[in-house]
Amino acid sequence: MLAFLIQRVLQAIFVMLVVALIAFSLFHYVGDPVLNMLGQEASEADRAELRAQLGLDRPVVVQFWQFVANAARFEFGISYRSARPVTELIAERLPATLELAVISAIFAVVMGIVLGIYTAIRRGSWLSNVIMTVSLIGVSLPTFLIGVLLIYLFAVELGWLPAFGRGEVVELGWWNTGLLTASGLRSLILPAITLGLFQLTLIMRLVRAEMLEVLRTDYIKFARARGLSRRVVNLRHALKNTLIPVITIIGLQLGTIIAFAIITETVFQWPGVGALFITAVRFVDIPVMAAYLMMIALVFVVINLVVDLLYYAVDPRLRVQGGAR
Amino acid sequence: MSRDVKSTVESPPASPPPGRLRTFLDSDIVYSWQRQPVVIAATLVTLAMFAGALFAPWIAPQNPFDPGQLDLIDAFTPPLTRSEFTGTFYLLGSDSQGRDVFSAILYGSRISLLVGFAAVLFALVLGTALGLLAGFRGGWRDALIMRVADVQLTFPSILMALLIFGVIRGLLPRSMHAEVAIIVLIVAIGLSDWVQYARAVRGATMVEKHKEYVQAARVIGLPDGRILFQHILPNVLRPVLVIGTIGLALAIIAEATLSFLGVGMPATQPSLGTLIRVGQDYMFSGEWWILLFPGVALLVLALSVNLLGDWLRDVLNPKLR
Amino acid sequence: MSSTPSSDRQADPGTGVTTPEPVLSVRHLRVEFPTRHATLVALDDVSFDIAPGEVLGVVGESGAGKSMTGNAVIRLLEPPGRIAGGEIRLAGRRIDDLAEDDFVPLRGRHIGMIFQDPLTSLNPLFSIGDQLVETLRTHLPLSVAEARERALALLREVGIPAPETRLDSYPHQFSGGMRQRVVIALALAAEPELIIADEPTTALDVSVQAQILALLKRVCAERGAAVMLVTHDMGVIAETADRVAVMYAGRLIEIGPVNAVIRRPRHPYTEGLMASIPALAERHARLYQIEGAMPRLAAIPPGCAFHPRCPHAAERCAHRRPELMPAGASLAACWLHDPEDPLPRRAQEVAR
Repeated sequence: MLAFLIQRVLQAIFVMLVVALIAFSLFHYVGDPVLNMLGQEASEADRAELRAQLGLDRPVVVQFWQFVANAARFEFGISYRSARPVTELIAERLPATLELAVISAIFAVVMGIVLGIYTAIRRGSWLSNVIMTVSLIGVSLPTFLIGVLLIYLFAVELGWLPAFGRGEVVELGWWNTGLLTASGLRSLILPAITLGLFQLTLIMRLVRAEMLEVLRTDYIKFARARGLSRRVVNLRHALKNTLIPVITIIGLQLGTIIAFAIITETVFQWPGVGALFITAVRFVDIPVMAAYLMMIALVFVVINLVVDLLYYAVDPRLRVQGGAR
Repeated sequence: MSRDVKSTVESPPASPPPGRLRTFLDSDIVYSWQRQPVVIAATLVTLAMFAGALFAPWIAPQNPFDPGQLDLIDAFTPPLTRSEFTGTFYLLGSDSQGRDVFSAILYGSRISLLVGFAAVLFALVLGTALGLLAGFRGGWRDALIMRVADVQLTFPSILMALLIFGVIRGLLPRSMHAEVAIIVLIVAIGLSDWVQYARAVRGATMVEKHKEYVQAARVIGLPDGRILFQHILPNVLRPVLVIGTIGLALAIIAEATLSFLGVGMPATQPSLGTLIRVGQDYMFSGEWWILLFPGVALLVLALSVNLLGDWLRDVLNPKLR
Repeated sequence: MSSTPSSDRQADPGTGVTTPEPVLSVRHLRVEFPTRHATLVALDDVSFDIAPGEVLGVVGESGAGKSMTGNAVIRLLEPPGRIAGGEIRLAGRRIDDLAEDDFVPLRGRHIGMIFQDPLTSLNPLFSIGDQLVETLRTHLPLSVAEARERALALLREVGIPAPETRLDSYPHQFSGGMRQRVVIALALAAEPELIIADEPTTALDVSVQAQILALLKRVCAERGAAVMLVTHDMGVIAETADRVAVMYAGRLIEIGPVNAVIRRPRHPYTEGLMASIPALAERHARLYQIEGAMPRLAAIPPGCAFHPRCPHAAERCAHRRPELMPAGASLAACWLHDPEDPLPRRAQEVAR
C-alpha cells in the first residue's frame, strides 16, 4: 500500500516538473518579458535593471529552480496585460470557476450514472433508444454551440433564465459565492448544464457499455441462477463491478470539466479563470498562461491520485493479497 | 509429398473469384449501411455538405470575403426576403455587413472542413511516424515519445490546442497573425491530437515486428526503412483509419471551438465557429438568423460526420465498441 | 418434426424412468435463435425426464445443445435465444410459461445451477460470506447471524478447511478447486431439488476433477437432489451418472442407463463416440474417428441430422427424421431400431 502510494506520488511530481519545464520555457523563449513589461521606448539601462531584478541574467538552471520554487508558493509574477500579480488575478476568479465546475460535475456524474444504468438494464426499450439518440447528439455537439443554443432558447426566446454573468455574489472572507442568492443560482443553471452535458453523455455511455459487459459475465449469470432478484443482481452485483473501471474515467472527466470551463465561461461571460486564460492566449500574456497551465496540471494530478486511491479502496483484488492460488 | 503437390496443381480451378465490386457489395459494410437509415441519412448529409463546401464558389450567390460584392444597405435582411433596396434575394438572411448568410455558411464550412481534414492528416502522419519509430526501434526513442504522449494525454486536447496556439502566436510577429491563422490552427489542432495515432501504431507495430514475415525480411537483409514502409505500415493502417474517421469530427469541432473563442479564424475569413461567435452578438437584438443558421450547419455537419465515424468504427473494428 | 405423444415415451420401461412424478420433465423443447439471416434452431424436439435423486448425464460435442438445454430449463438463455415450443415441468408443475417474476424465486430454491468456470462464477468484489448470506437470505427466513452460521456449515460440508477464517475472504484468495467448492455450496444453499451442473469440472486441474465430482455426487445424494450433469467427458459420465442422454445438432439422439449406453450404444453416432474415447476403446488397435463434423446450426440436413456421416445411412434417413425408438435398454433416434421395418446394418460394426 505504502509502496503503491509513494510510486504514485513520485509519478505525480514528475508530471508536475515536466509541466513546470514547459511553463518555464514559455517564459523564457516565447517573447521577451522585459520588452513586454517595459514597452519599446524603455532605455537600455532600465531594461538591464529589470532583467537583473527578474533574475533573467542568471544561468538557465538557476532560473528554472527559481521558477519551480516560486510556483510551489503560487507565485507566477506579473501579468503582462493587466500589470497585476497573476496569483491575485487567479484567486479572485477561482471561486466562480470551482462553483461552476463542481455543480456541473455533480450533475454529470449523478445523471450519467443513473441514465447509464437505466439504458443498460432497459436495453432496447423506446425510452432507452430516445436517450441514446439524444446522447449521440450530445457527444457530437461542440460545448459552445450547446451553450449558445440554450441561451437562445431559455434566455432570449423564453426569458426564463439569465443569459450571462454570475448574478448576485456574496462575499465569504476570501471566497465569493453565487450559491446563496436566487439570482446566483438562476445564473448557474444554464452554464452548469452546458458544461456538464458532454461529460454526462460520456459517463452515461461508458456506464451503459460497462454495465452491459458486466451483465454478460458468468458471475452475474450465476447470481441470477442463485435466485437473486433482478434488482439485487443489477444494483448490487452488476453496479459495483461496473463502477470500478468507470471511476477512472469519471475522475479524468472531472479534470476535463475544469478545462472545458474555458469555453462555457466565454459563452456565458462567466467571471472565472477560464475566461482569464482565453484573454491571456489572445494577448500572449505568458505569466497567466503559465500559471493556468500549472494550476490545471495540479488539478489533474491530484484527481489522478485520488482516483488511484479510490480504486484501491473499492477493489479487494488490489487491497487484499491473494491466499491459496 | 510430391504427390500432394501434384494433385493440388492438377485440381481444377475453383469457380472464378467474384469481382471486386461484387465482393464489396456483398460485404458486411454495405449490408450494415443498408440496414441503418440513420447512417444512410448521415452519409447523404455529409456528402451534400462536402459538395457544398467544395463547390461554394459556384453555388454561393456571392463571395462573402469580397467587400466589393457586399451591400451595406442590405444589412440585417431577414431570411427568405428580397432586399427592398437592391432587390437581392437572401435565402438565409444577411448579416451586419450585408453579407449573405447562406454564402457565408458555404464558405465557412469550406474553411472548417479544410482545417479539419488538414489537422487530421497532420496528426495522422505525425502520430503514425512517431508510433512506427517508437514501436520499431524501441529503447530511449520509445521511452521519450511515450512519456511525452502520457503527459500530453493528461490534458484535454482542446486545452493543448489553445496552448499550442498561444505559443505559436507568441513566437510569430503580431503582424503575421491574421495571414497564417489557418496554418496555426491546423498545426495546433494536429499537434494536440497525434497521441492516439502514435499509441495505436506503436502497439500494432510491436505486434507486427515479431511476426515471422518481418523476421524473415530482416534475415534476408532488407533495410529497416523498406521493412517499415512495405511490410509494417500497411498492417497498422486499419486502426489509424478508424481513429482518423472519428478524429475528423473532433477536429471540426475543435476548429469551431477555437474560432468561437476568438483565437481561431479571424472575422475577415470566417469559419463556421467564427460565424457563430459573430452571430452571438445579434442574438439579443432579434437578428436570430445570423447565429442560428451557422449553428445549425455546424450541428448537422458535426453530427453526421460523427455518426459516420462511429458507424465505420463499429463495422471496421467490432472490438473497439 | 412430427412428434409422438409424450405418454408413449414415458410408458416405455426401457428408459429407466420409474417414478410417475419426475423432478424434471422436458417435452418437445424447442429453442430458437433469431439471427440476421435466419432463425437457427438450437434445440429441436428434446424430451427427457429426471427422477428424484437421479443423475442424468448429458453429453455431446460443443454446439450439440447440451448447455443450451440446461440454460433453457433454468431460463438463462443468452439473448436472442428463446424457448419456442414444448413444455418444461418441475415436479409436475409447468414452469416454461411462468412470468419472469414468478420464475425468479424458483432459481436457487428449486433449481440450482453450477457453471463451468469457478474462476468467473463468483463476483470478485464480494466476500464469499457475503455471497452465501445473500443467497440464503433470499430464499430462507434467516437473520444475518443465522445465515452466517448456515454459510459456515455449508462451507464445512463442501470441504473448505477452517471455514471460520475463510468466510470473509474474497474469491481471488481461493484456488480454482476451492472456488468450485464454494460455487457448489452456493448452488446448494437453499436445497433445490434439481441441480444443473454445466461442465462443472472442465476448467479444473485433472487432479481436482475427481474430488469435485465426488463432492457433487455426495452432497446431492445426501439431499436427494436430482442432477443434470452436462459434460463432453464420457469418463465423467461413466463415473457419476445413472442415465445418459446423447445430443447431436440440437437433438436428443439416444438416452438410456449409463452402462447400457456405454457397453451397447444403439445410435451410430453414439457408437462412434464411444469408440473414439481412449479409456473405453482400449481393445481397439486404433482410435475410431467419425468422418466429417457436426453440422452448424445454420446447415442441419433434413431427415436424420447424422445421416451424411452415418455408415448405415439409407434413403429414408435423408427424408424422415427418426423419433426416439426403443432399442435394448435405451431409446435411440435411428431407423435401425424402427419397430416395424428396421433398417439393415451395413457391414462393419464399430464398437461392441
